[in-house]
Amino acid sequence: MAEFLNRWRTGLAKTSKAAFGRLADVFGATEITAETWDDLETLLVQADLGVETTTDVIRSLQRLTRSLGLIRTAELRSHLRQELRARLDAPVLPVWDVSPAIILLVGVNGSGKTTTVAKLAHRFRGEGKRVLLGAADTFRAAAVDQLQVWADRLQVPLVAGQQDADPGAVAYNAVQAGLARGVDIVLIDTAGRLHTRYNLMEELKKVYRVVGKALPGAPHAVWLVLDATTGQNALQQARQFKEAVGVTGVILAKLDSSARGGMVFAIQRELGLPILFAGLGEQPEDLAPFDPEAFVDGILADFEA
Amino acid sequence: MFETLTGRLNQVFNGLLRRGKLSAADVDAAMREVRLALLEADVHFSVVKDFVARVRERAIGAEVSKALNPGQQVIKIVHEELIGVLGDPAPLNLSGPKPRVILLVGLQGSGKTTAAGKLARLLRSKGERVLLVAGDPYRPAAVQQLQTLGAQLDVPVVADASLKPPDLTARAYSQAEKGGYTVMIVDTAGRSQLDQELMDELRAITRKVKPVDTLLVVDAMIGQEALRVAEGFRDAVQISGLILSKMDGDARGGAAISIRAVTGVPIKFLGTGEKLDALETYDPSRLASRILGMGDVIGLIEKAEAAFDAQTAQKQTERLLKGEFSLEDWLEQMRQMRKMGPLSQMLEMLPGQFGQAARSADPREMEQNLKRVEAIICSMTLQERRNPDILNASRRRRIARGSGTDVQDVNRLIKQFREAQRLFKTLKKTGGRGLSRLFG
Repeated sequence: MAEFLNRWRTGLAKTSKAAFGRLADVFGATEITAETWDDLETLLVQADLGVETTTDVIRSLQRLTRSLGLIRTAELRSHLRQELRARLDAPVLPVWDVSPAIILLVGVNGSGKTTTVAKLAHRFRGEGKRVLLGAADTFRAAAVDQLQVWADRLQVPLVAGQQDADPGAVAYNAVQAGLARGVDIVLIDTAGRLHTRYNLMEELKKVYRVVGKALPGAPHAVWLVLDATTGQNALQQARQFKEAVGVTGVILAKLDSSARGGMVFAIQRELGLPILFAGLGEQPEDLAPFDPEAFVDGILADFEA
Repeated sequence: MFETLTGRLNQVFNGLLRRGKLSAADVDAAMREVRLALLEADVHFSVVKDFVARVRERAIGAEVSKALNPGQQVIKIVHEELIGVLGDPAPLNLSGPKPRVILLVGLQGSGKTTAAGKLARLLRSKGERVLLVAGDPYRPAAVQQLQTLGAQLDVPVVADASLKPPDLTARAYSQAEKGGYTVMIVDTAGRSQLDQELMDELRAITRKVKPVDTLLVVDAMIGQEALRVAEGFRDAVQISGLILSKMDGDARGGAAISIRAVTGVPIKFLGTGEKLDALETYDPSRLASRILGMGDVIGLIEKAEAAFDAQTAQKQTERLLKGEFSLEDWLEQMRQMRKMGPLSQMLEMLPGQFGQAARSADPREMEQNLKRVEAIICSMTLQERRNPDILNASRRRRIARGSGTDVQDVNRLIKQFREAQRLFKTLKKTGGRGLSRLFG
């Protein structure tokens, strides 16, 4: 855990340096003025928290300031931290008593699904589980090859279809293969699709249904992979994917970039979706359970010095 | 693309339109909404601030008092300022000695490789001899992805996993020179602008091959980070243009405004789909109009032109003029319309209130209707299609059975067809003013 936290902190250090340098100024030893709130608003909006969440956080802090009689900006710091932290649940990573547990990975194009599948496979294997991969992205050029490379590297079996094959059929075969081989977890990678593309969302629903036919009760989890650099559209993505295939959790990919991933606050609040994992690099081991403490700490690291 | 921003500004200005005169308080109220809408559209904070300040200044100034309708004046100012911020369109830079190098850079997953394929297709269709270079040895199968696209387009792809990208690019360049290629498109690995090592690699590439155009590919869904990303890439390799990808989603795409405002780098293309022909040129006025809810009529017309088979259209027009327009033609027209893309996407382009009404309609239901109509017509004999008058009750029952619909559906269709026929007659007289009704 300590190692995870370290990796998390190094990953986020870049983020906070790039973005939150100014917070140190905001929380200098000056008095709280209208400008303080403006600056705070700027900072939160720039972290992609969105206007609504930002306003909400600030109102809440203003109430606190009044009721506790806070005067100095420095005093705001710990309250801001608490305020942000309170808005994120610590993820409860699911444990399945079924075998195989089928996990469907969904998301828009380029969000990082395939890399995340590889990272998850690596992680589950490290827990001593037997994993099988299903490459149901039969649309994008060489998507299957990409997962095949990972499967070879990680030495996990892969079930794939031909280019342009029916993704439902590939998913079905993957579940069947998982049953036959008696693996613990089947991870199914799907093609990236914009949530506004009706036909592609219908196709995804079909994959979902087919998986349920191959194994009643499946999929046992549907995880949405979100690019941390995404802005306010992330909420809409999460909403649409949840509506279509009952997303059960979110994985925040590419959090090691300069992006801050502030839209997870809105996703948690509006859709009640837990943030399960965070992607913190391009290596298979660069996936950590989402740690709200570290997430908020990373954001606020600069003025805790 | 910018629907929600459009809706927001409409709301604001509907409020303004209802009043006769525009006060500073009115403008401030409108500006608050403009500010919110732009922030929610992921326009960068600092850009929003400047933008709102400029619009406010102009709106409260003398120009407004001269205006007939203050609300319209504010819309005009916002529109003009948006166009100003979005900037003039810029074509690909294809100057200088051949082969000319186009370099594609961007974050992971922004859509570089797909953009490379789309550009290759576009340039080849313009008669260029294109060579693709697979400069991403890091992501598994990135090279295969470009090779697959190259094979689809019949464009050669240079790849060699044993070479570092700058060396590979240099080698590809001499290959391109010898092979008589006119354009070389270099796809690179996705990277964070904070990754010094990989940014150095980009610099090394530009030193070796001197690109005439270095295009930053940015996901339309990107948030506030867009600004820093663009700045980072610009500082490292002097990007000369922007491709905004995934514009077919419902992201508001405010990043376009941010990046333009701060870097001055022109937007060159919009990616509007997964297929290789889904690359559109950028038109600031159209984009600004769209932001303001004035619709994207030009885009709709272009799409119609692209999808329309001129010969079929000619034949149809001739028959139309002779009064021989049949159910067969109608079917053909519907199919052509569907070729223009998903209905929902087309509806978004319609202007103003009509567009809003259309957006509130369920595109899936409309799509279903179209399919039902197609099924019904396909269940008719050729004779019936050419001469619907012979459709008696028994024929209608048969058609309903054949198409999996009810007789009422068949009846409704025939009624609609009669209406369409009438519409075409009107069209002939009015010379096109009734055309928009076809899209309802």
